[in-house]
Amino acid sequence: MTETVIQTSNLFTPTILIPLLPLIGFIINGLFGKKLGHTSGWIATTMLLASFACSLFLFFNLPAGGSETVVLSNWFYFKDIFIPFAFLIDPLTITMLLVVTGIGSLIHLYSIGYMHDDEGFSRFFTYLNLFVFFMLILVMGNNYLMMFIGWEGVGLCSYLLIGFWFKNQAYNDAAKKAFIMNRIGDLGFLVGMFMMLFHFKTLNYDQVANGALGLGMDNVTITGITLALFIGAMGKSAQLPLYTWLPDAMAGPTPVSALIHAATMVTAGIYMIARSNILYSLAPYTLDIILVVGTVTSIFAAIIGLLQNDIKKVLAYSTVSQLGLMFAALGMGAFESGMFHVVTHAFFKALLFLGAGSVIHALSGEQDMRRMGGLGKYIKITFATFLIGTVAISGIPPFAGFFSKDEILATAFEHNKVIWGLLSFSSMLTAFYMFRLLYLTFSTSFRGTDEVKHHIHESPMVMTLPLMILAACSVVVGFIGLPPVLSHTHSFKTYLSSVFAQSKTIMPAGHEMSHSMEWILIGTAVGLALISIAFAYNKYVMQKQTPVEDAQLSGLSKVVANKFYVDEIYNVVFVKPIMLLSDLFLVIIDKLVIDLLVHAVAFITSQVGRLLRLFQTGHVGFYMFAMVISMIVLLVAQVFDVLGFFESLYTHK
Amino acid sequence: MLTLILLLIPLVASIIALFLRGELVKWFSFIATIVQLGFTFYVFSVFKTPDANEATKNLLSLNIEWINSPKINFNIGLDGMSLLMVILTNSLMPLIVLAGFNRKQERSHILYSLMLLMHFALIGVFVSFDGFLYYIFWELALIPIYFIALNWGGVNRVTVTLKFFIYTLAGSLLMLFGFLFLYWNTPSHSLSWLDLTMNHICSCKQGSIFWMFFLAYAIKIPIIPFHTWQPDTYSSAPTQGTMLLSGIMLKMGLYSLLRWLLPIVPMGTSDNTYIVIGLCIIGVVYASVIAIMQTDIKKLFAYSSIAHVGLIAAGIFALNVQGIQGGLVQMLAHGINVVGLFYCADIIINRTGSSDINTLGGIRVLSPRFAIYFLIIVLGSVALPLTNSFIGEFMLLLGLFEYNTWAALVAGLTVILGAVYMLRMYQKVMLGDVNENVTVFEYLKWNEELVLATIAILIFAFGIFPKPILELVAPISEQIYRLSFVK
Repeated sequence: MTETVIQTSNLFTPTILIPLLPLIGFIINGLFGKKLGHTSGWIATTMLLASFACSLFLFFNLPAGGSETVVLSNWFYFKDIFIPFAFLIDPLTITMLLVVTGIGSLIHLYSIGYMHDDEGFSRFFTYLNLFVFFMLILVMGNNYLMMFIGWEGVGLCSYLLIGFWFKNQAYNDAAKKAFIMNRIGDLGFLVGMFMMLFHFKTLNYDQVANGALGLGMDNVTITGITLALFIGAMGKSAQLPLYTWLPDAMAGPTPVSALIHAATMVTAGIYMIARSNILYSLAPYTLDIILVVGTVTSIFAAIIGLLQNDIKKVLAYSTVSQLGLMFAALGMGAFESGMFHVVTHAFFKALLFLGAGSVIHALSGEQDMRRMGGLGKYIKITFATFLIGTVAISGIPPFAGFFSKDEILATAFEHNKVIWGLLSFSSMLTAFYMFRLLYLTFSTSFRGTDEVKHHIHESPMVMTLPLMILAACSVVVGFIGLPPVLSHTHSFKTYLSSVFAQSKTIMPAGHEMSHSMEWILIGTAVGLALISIAFAYNKYVMQKQTPVEDAQLSGLSKVVANKFYVDEIYNVVFVKPIMLLSDLFLVIIDKLVIDLLVHAVAFITSQVGRLLRLFQTGHVGFYMFAMVISMIVLLVAQVFDVLGFFESLYTHK
Repeated sequence: MLTLILLLIPLVASIIALFLRGELVKWFSFIATIVQLGFTFYVFSVFKTPDANEATKNLLSLNIEWINSPKINFNIGLDGMSLLMVILTNSLMPLIVLAGFNRKQERSHILYSLMLLMHFALIGVFVSFDGFLYYIFWELALIPIYFIALNWGGVNRVTVTLKFFIYTLAGSLLMLFGFLFLYWNTPSHSLSWLDLTMNHICSCKQGSIFWMFFLAYAIKIPIIPFHTWQPDTYSSAPTQGTMLLSGIMLKMGLYSLLRWLLPIVPMGTSDNTYIVIGLCIIGVVYASVIAIMQTDIKKLFAYSSIAHVGLIAAGIFALNVQGIQGGLVQMLAHGINVVGLFYCADIIINRTGSSDINTLGGIRVLSPRFAIYFLIIVLGSVALPLTNSFIGEFMLLLGLFEYNTWAALVAGLTVILGAVYMLRMYQKVMLGDVNENVTVFEYLKWNEELVLATIAILIFAFGIFPKPILELVAPISEQIYRLSFVK
């Protein structure tokens, strides 16, 4: 009846500990957080660091190209379907584990400083640990339902953390919006799972993949499953048209934006598709859709990012845009490149968000770049690390973003020149708005009030240390994936090769690009980025321009600054009609139609009752008369078998 | 024999309660329901004994002749489905009794006696294996709740209760006709469940019987468009009455679908599933959409409940094992969650005097602990994974998916809409700054905390370890599926 096998490999204990430690942290802080005070932050951080250590242990001890399944128990089963609580440890999982626990630890550490004076300090770390727990479940599960637990769990934590300052209803709206938009995607995920269960009777990754291989290329079933899962990914990873929650999610404390809405949770969609790479390789039609959605999102979000003035909003649109780039990579079948960008992006985007947090911290909560400027002089560590992050995301060698972006662009060039052009354009925009952000924040002179200026201070060590570590990583992490012109070994690709080996055989890679061609591509990309930077420098440093106030906007720039009015359009197209429908249902159908019928029935009944009351005259004579008549009727009925007649009518109809 | 004891404990307790006064009656009722719960665990352990031989079977069931002609037996017993419902009833009853501990109630001895009488009737419905006996209990269950709603209810109670009574009585009448019809038209002239499932009546008559029974159950469940009694009744009945109604009594309808409809008129059922599933999934969306704009917290929960039970009914009528099993599991989950929701509503209304979500707000600031319990219950009812209703909802939607992709997609909208109305409600009531109407919000009393904590624990316990429940209902789901399978 059960297929529970508890394997006793040497990896069992660390595997279990990885999600367990943050869970313990969550329970301790959840129960005793109030009493622990600021200790709760250290407990949460320590738990995660220990988790990171376990992840490192797995990294060093898992044989190259190997994978390990750890089954805890059967979660639930019905008929012939078993769904276990089980973990799969393979290079892809370990990659995500290192990112989640490593960057997660740094962000936890940073939060101790950032949230120091907040009255919800221990509550914050309780949620943060819970988030990491669910994120780990998401990346460690060996079946889609485990992934789904994590998937919805991180959604819940995202809800709790976006609305962390719950007295502010605007923040609560943002939190609710994030949860609901994610749920739209989750329905897609659920449907994908139903299709898998219907066709393959299992949700385990390897068995689903085997089942899919049995069906072959271009099968309707696989196309359906992959599309449904992709809808889930669009919600979680903020792709068009389900992206509008992510910019709003910036309502949460900044470390949350760094951890959840940049480095980890939002990349879950990419992880999901990379995890299902065999299915997607078999569904070229879906891959094309992913490519288009990713590319369009990448450009669309980058354009909006050009005119945002809230420092966190710029970063949020940049995240949407970068996620689009990752999806574009997946859409071309370059799963490793997508994952590579997930890793590098996690470092520099976490760095940028934390840096922005440090700026906001220094300016006593100011987020509008029009009230910043000249901060480079005051907060030097933040400035230096932020500069590194900006250079990294803009794709300047030898910083991390360059390598992963270059790889995607090179793939795009081979795949389709138009896509290459669009993605290059998007990268160019990225370089521009990021340097716009950098210059507006740190260059020229301060534009805020004197009072704010008086309070400007560098953040404490707990905050700057994570910045420095992330900055160092943003410099070096790209070297795990050197392009072919520089090196013959791409360590990251080699490490993940076992995961994607099978899809490589289904979808053979294109021929090797010539070295000269590759140099040209690199030159073009870097050149475009430098032009953008120069343009931004000229505009915001030389000419000292500052963005105009919202009221002065006009024409196209007003449309862009208002994010193409997408939220407003959704409001008119979806929200309002549902509200209208709700009133209509209640007032017209429930109250009017149905209740009217009910009352009509009641009315008729009472009228019939009134009529029948007439027979209760109280005269004994009348009763006797009625009795005699009835007896005669019955007698006649008996003799002529009237009942039988009616019955035969009924039965022979 | 054991089943008879399960029936007798609440009956005896109900009679004794009449002679007690004041706080004592509450304590007595609480202890009686706890004893009943303890005994249920014992019965469960007997039931689960692997070597279920004749002796154990005899221990659980009782079949004695009551009336010779027409042949009516006092036939009670337990199978997985009955036991599940008995567990649900007996787990919720102590909580429902406990919920009233810090409330001032007039003539409490009558109130609690009625509640225990209802307990008796509900158990009776779930353990009867003779149609006539079942019908008696079904009707009996209506009487106490009628008086509870009438005497201890809120505004408009007379009109609302009358509407409720007429509605359900109309359904019962149809069911009575159905049973009489069955009695005369089955070859064995018996209403024993086994006979009825073994010897089906002529397929030509199954359609009409199906509709007679279905209407009775559709009103009780309720399925759109037979639901308009429910929001009014839920909001005007006293909270304990609402808990009884929503947590247990409407499960009578769902349970009866599986016991007295599907296996008895399989052809009538399979001919009409498409209409019924259509009604159910329209109901899911319809009720969810109404819930989005509801401002009265109790009515909001009432509509959400209509949506949830609509999904259960739809899954059951998908006529496959997942759907049936998912339906059973979800009945348990829904019972627990809906009781929790209505209790939270009661705590809020009791403290603030308002049930309008627009006049509430900021309660989380004043009572963070209550906020956590309420959030857990809300998450349970939006079926987050690792909470109790996720597994049921997953299986129900899967069952529907196997029936028809589009049906599953439309019903699946509950995943989204449920989050919309629940989170909107939670935000308006609990979050934000303290509303001027809610300046004081007393901390939870011990009994309130006990009820909420138990519900919270149950939500996670069944979400993380659903195995015992799934195992309990797996064989019977298979059996019902086979009995109602039409080639």
